[in-house]
Amino acid sequence: MLIKRGHTRRETPRRALLVTAIGLIAALAGQTSAQSMRDVEAVAKERGLSTADLMAAAKTFMPSGELDEYLMFASGGHAGQVFVVGLPSMRLLRSIAVFTPESWQGWGFGVGNEILEEGFPNDKANLWGDTHHPALSETAGDYDGQFLFINDKINARVAVIDLRDWETKQIVKNPLTLSDHGGTFVTPNTEYVIEGGQYAVPWGSKYVPISEYKEEYHGSVTLWKFDRDRGRIDESKSFAIELPPYWQDLSDAGKLASDGYLFMNSLNTELATGGIQDGKPPFEAGASRNATDFMHIIDWHKAEKVYQAGKVEQIEGFPVITLATAIEEGLLHVTPEPRSPHGVDVAPKGDFIVVSGKLDPHVTIYSMQKIKDAISSRSFSGRDPYGIPILDFDSVVETQIELGLGPLHTQFGPDGYAYTSLYLDSAVARWTMGGSYGAGTPEPDWTLVNKTPVHYNVGHIAVAEGDTVSPDGRYLVSLNKWAVDRFIQTGPLLPQNLQLLDIADQGTTMPVIYDSPMGVGEPHYAQIIKADKLNSWAVYPQVGWDPQTQNIDPMAPKPGMERVQRNSDGSVDIFMTAIRSHFNPEHIYLKQGDKVRWRITNTERALDATHGFAVPMYNITASLEPGESVVIEFVADTPGTFPFYCSEFCSALHLEMMGYLMVEPN
Amino acid sequence: MAVSFMHRIIGPRVESDELAQHKLRYRTPGVLLLFARVLLLVSLFLPYWHMELQAPQYPSGLHMTAYINSLAGDVAEIDGLNHYIGMRSLQEAAALERTIGVYMMIACVILIELASFVHSRWAVLLTLPVVFFPLVFLLDLHLWMRHFGLNLDPAAPLSSSIKPFVPTALGEGGIGQFRTIASMGAGLWLAIAASVTIIVALYFHRRAYLPLVRARASAAAS
Repeated sequence: MLIKRGHTRRETPRRALLVTAIGLIAALAGQTSAQSMRDVEAVAKERGLSTADLMAAAKTFMPSGELDEYLMFASGGHAGQVFVVGLPSMRLLRSIAVFTPESWQGWGFGVGNEILEEGFPNDKANLWGDTHHPALSETAGDYDGQFLFINDKINARVAVIDLRDWETKQIVKNPLTLSDHGGTFVTPNTEYVIEGGQYAVPWGSKYVPISEYKEEYHGSVTLWKFDRDRGRIDESKSFAIELPPYWQDLSDAGKLASDGYLFMNSLNTELATGGIQDGKPPFEAGASRNATDFMHIIDWHKAEKVYQAGKVEQIEGFPVITLATAIEEGLLHVTPEPRSPHGVDVAPKGDFIVVSGKLDPHVTIYSMQKIKDAISSRSFSGRDPYGIPILDFDSVVETQIELGLGPLHTQFGPDGYAYTSLYLDSAVARWTMGGSYGAGTPEPDWTLVNKTPVHYNVGHIAVAEGDTVSPDGRYLVSLNKWAVDRFIQTGPLLPQNLQLLDIADQGTTMPVIYDSPMGVGEPHYAQIIKADKLNSWAVYPQVGWDPQTQNIDPMAPKPGMERVQRNSDGSVDIFMTAIRSHFNPEHIYLKQGDKVRWRITNTERALDATHGFAVPMYNITASLEPGESVVIEFVADTPGTFPFYCSEFCSALHLEMMGYLMVEPN
Repeated sequence: MAVSFMHRIIGPRVESDELAQHKLRYRTPGVLLLFARVLLLVSLFLPYWHMELQAPQYPSGLHMTAYINSLAGDVAEIDGLNHYIGMRSLQEAAALERTIGVYMMIACVILIELASFVHSRWAVLLTLPVVFFPLVFLLDLHLWMRHFGLNLDPAAPLSSSIKPFVPTALGEGGIGQFRTIASMGAGLWLAIAASVTIIVALYFHRRAYLPLVRARASAAAS
């Protein structure tokens, strides 16, 4: 071994692997220069790198031009966006603007405004979002790489992103509630996008004193029907199910053995209403009083039939299966779960449901077969205060495993291992599954195998395709809430720390191999998809493409047809093209008060030949990707002379790509 | 008079017993000419000329392919770049040639068809357009490129830094940060093969029919 420092395990296969890796580095280095392994050793010594460090570098370093194997779609938290990270390099590839205007993508500054407005909860411009749980579209329980859905916790909204052009296409506002956290999750063929409410509110969030909490505040879960052909949620075929005001939390859709079911946690079955200012227990205490909360088990196949049979009430103009109907139709059951749980995660075959107790050191594993048996044999231990039948805990639980403090979320590997984040322990636990998964692991069933410390306060974890019917394993990303000392000081606001763990080997080995600072938002959940499953467009398919219709815009300006057209109703249409390195026309004369539709087509066909379009004082900026055509509508209310320009450095003559807008005063 | 002139052009017919005795001798030129026609017809569907442009910001290069009747590849992007130096759009180059190219080629094929029935030296005349076609193609290409390269719009953005130049029709050239590599396409190679085939055919043609022409001339003289 060339490098003496470090803590490489004395296992022959690992040593062999290391020697191979270092040999490979040496061979590659030797190809391009006279560098040798000796130089690598010298650098390692100077920087104090161990063999484990070099190994981590060898596993994650991407030489220029090499492409990542996986894409991770991470929520952006209160940045209101989605972040896309490549694995194993952990490089941030780009953000996707969703609920929050973003000027690089020209989102919400003339383009995308109608979509943002669709999601306004009232007539106020609510221009940010709190994205938590991205959900890739699925076919037969596996990611298909076509669409991405994401929730907004602050205003209870769901957005649809088309993964052909990575742009937000739709935002739907939930009319019933103002808070969601149990979403988004999709059913195995993306029939529905699930949005579970969180903080209970009166329907439509109307004014009701909190003293009437039990009667007038409601929980809910909304099933948004997804129309894959249109690439949109069909609000006219969507419905909700009323739930008690238990603060429903994370959810997951059943698959295979549990196909047709939804599982939702809850954290305030105590119906705590807080009131610290009056000397009452605060929410944090009141909502944690009981030893157990309720996992909701919803038969959505049955619910769909009930909805289609019209057994719904229109609430806030939205069809809702009331709690009474849900109980009567037998589509809703609950069962006790360790208090204040976070994740409820369905195993790859759908046969087990793993709940993390947060304030309980165990993960609790429910058997789908036992749940089905309990439902059919009506083995209820009672009813909750709202009359929902409670499945007897002991008759539906498979087992409980003590993992450590603060278990939150579970993901699955391909070989029978499951992984759970431990918030308080700041660790990721690997444990073995039982049942038909047991044969995949050398360790006994249902046992803790190992814990890897992470830095620090892990929330969600994401394993490559780890929540599908066929997990890839190999990589695990620990989405840590605190970075503390992991990065150079960046002022009092620190980035999040996304750590990559190598989980390819079985047993106790799963080292952290990369720390990736996220200084742009707070990712909560993420999903990791094999990159070759996506069919992204390199440029828009044809010149004059309207990303909103995903088709040619018949009104798109064409080369040779550029003009400023004053219409009989007094409005003005500008037909402009953009190509390196000019806009055409370059002089635009308007009169103060003109209603303007400024249409621009980027006629480029070259990869990466994006142009920007930016107008001062009018708060306009657009990103025109090759082939894209946009329409920006505004009233020319400010007179003056405005140099507009291309804001994306496009060519050697980029600075010259500009024009003058002259608005003549009245 | 006219009949005897036509007779001289078409040349002597071969007696059937002579044909039967020397099948190979008389069939060879015809078969070779047929082969040349097939080569030309196939070439219509194949690219005649390629140009690749290499520059740091185009890692896979820009590619342009000329067919007898069309241009394909990154023509729009190359046009977009060319506008900086004031070069006209490639679609304006050799527009007439591309419009009539296929018909001219079919006409040439018909000429060779005719040539296979002509048993005199006039057959050479009928094949000449095809024999020289590859050369004419390359010459035309060169002249167009020269014309385009030397007639740049003086008002173009980069006209002060890029002087008029003659792009290379075959082989390597360069302009700005671009290295250009021009090469013949499969279609042009087939056309050249057709030319060679025709020349070979004409050799066998001469070997087969010259004795008959001479025999007829000496018979007429005596």
